[in-house]
Amino acid sequence: MHRRVLPGFGISLGYAVSYLGLIVLLPLAALAWKASGIGGEGLLRLLSSPRTLAALKLSFGGALLAALINAFIGLLVAWALVRYRFPGRRLFDALIDLPFALPTAVAGIALTALYAPNGWLGRWLVPLGIQVAYAPLGVLLAMVFVGFPFVVRTLQPVLQSLDRDVEEAAESLGASRWQTFARVILPVLVPTLLTGFALALARAVGEYGSVIFIAGNIPMRSEIAPLLIVQKLEAFDYAGAAALGVVMLSFSFLLLILISLLQRWSNRWEERAA
Amino acid sequence: MNTMTAQRQAGWTRRMGHGVIVVLASAFLGLFLLLPLAAVFVEAFRQGVQAYVASIGQPEALTAIRLTLLVAVIAVPLNLVFGVAAAWAMTRFAFRGKALLGAFIDLPFSVSPVISGLVYVLLFGAQGWFGPWLSGHGVKIIFAVPGLVLATIFITLPFVARELIPLMQAQGSEEEEAARVLGANGWQMFFRVTLPNIRWALLYGVLLCNARAMGEFGAVSVVSGHIRGLTTTMPLEVEMRYNEYDYVGAFAIASLLAMLALVTLAVKTFLEWRYSDEIAAHAPGGH
Repeated sequence: MHRRVLPGFGISLGYAVSYLGLIVLLPLAALAWKASGIGGEGLLRLLSSPRTLAALKLSFGGALLAALINAFIGLLVAWALVRYRFPGRRLFDALIDLPFALPTAVAGIALTALYAPNGWLGRWLVPLGIQVAYAPLGVLLAMVFVGFPFVVRTLQPVLQSLDRDVEEAAESLGASRWQTFARVILPVLVPTLLTGFALALARAVGEYGSVIFIAGNIPMRSEIAPLLIVQKLEAFDYAGAAALGVVMLSFSFLLLILISLLQRWSNRWEERAA
Repeated sequence: MNTMTAQRQAGWTRRMGHGVIVVLASAFLGLFLLLPLAAVFVEAFRQGVQAYVASIGQPEALTAIRLTLLVAVIAVPLNLVFGVAAAWAMTRFAFRGKALLGAFIDLPFSVSPVISGLVYVLLFGAQGWFGPWLSGHGVKIIFAVPGLVLATIFITLPFVARELIPLMQAQGSEEEEAARVLGANGWQMFFRVTLPNIRWALLYGVLLCNARAMGEFGAVSVVSGHIRGLTTTMPLEVEMRYNEYDYVGAFAIASLLAMLALVTLAVKTFLEWRYSDEIAAHAPGGH
């Protein structure tokens, strides 16, 4: 190996690792340590509480559903932005990141103003029997909102680099538009779609600010897991809060690992097909 | 003849398909993104300009604005230095555990904001690891400004590093090596070669980092204690006013944050348009 000509290896790596250790790893270690304080029995009691279970179910079920919805809508929107020219396209393209740039508390009260029973849209939806605000549907809506940019932004560059020749070849061989999409385009997009799905999911699972305003936070119905952590903390149940935090983190990491395995598998499948 | 009609028909159905997709996408974006944004401003001005101005001029609003700026002014530069150091180490040298380091840098993105605040309460709170020692020495971190800063640093830690790493990886180290061979010392090389090469990506990362730092809610909410005039940043002031049914007041502060978001988007779009080659990753959380 040639001699290192570039300086600063020790100091940059040392600084980065110690900063990361102090800001992220030490605090997370405190979380694990505090959580272990409740012991196996305490964990069992926590996980068998119907209210905790309902909140975990809502947070993870809602986030999975929201990420799925975002995968569909994100594909549609990314497709429209990349493939077609239409008035307002540039504006819409810039606005895609709004949920990312808009503080979550602002998004939360804005969505509530729209969907509350006396709100802009709520006053029309509630008589139809569609209750969005102060119901599980509102939680889902906020989760779709915060996760929305991820799928679009991960898909856009891939759609841009897609080789049109392949599509034209498929069509000249007699494939219908739909067949071309389902058999030629979609398989190439699956790994990227999964990346966007995972990012949207990770964001929605832990989301707090935009959800709590519109959710109404009714126990057993529209109460998310992060809110339960806050409540435990306010009741000085530090160990309970930490344990619930560890449960949430383990679940999300498990899901993310699963998705990356799925991705690896679909990549391999794609390579073999090619 | 027959094939021509068939072709014309195929062209027509295709254009119909385009139309449907464009209309659906536009309708969704309008309803889903533009409408909430409009709602913020309409609700803020519901009782006229005077009520809006009075609401922003209240002393607790002004202290919230000041506190938000203070937190961002501390958190963003710290994460900027970290981002440059981490990107330098990760893209210019080979070492064991590099992938692990990369995964740890991304970690805050997959941790719930509430947990990001919670971990600091567990460290520095009254019942935390260092709590008793700190209170013995009269140092307050939780329910005080240092806690707000720490939680914000945690949340915004990945932004600058994530922007720089793919770009510096793609640029390679030839120019820097040339500068060294020609006799530049480390700092000369950094300020004359590295920094000019990464400046737009750096600005891009700082922009996103700042937007999140000023707008963060969940993490700071946990460590703040909501002491008005002392530990309420702008997003927390929005929440407190909203819970007190002061809707005009809540939306007035929210409109300031929405303007910050719009400015962020405008600058971001400009940077992407003007310097797209010098900014590697566009996705907010993508690679």
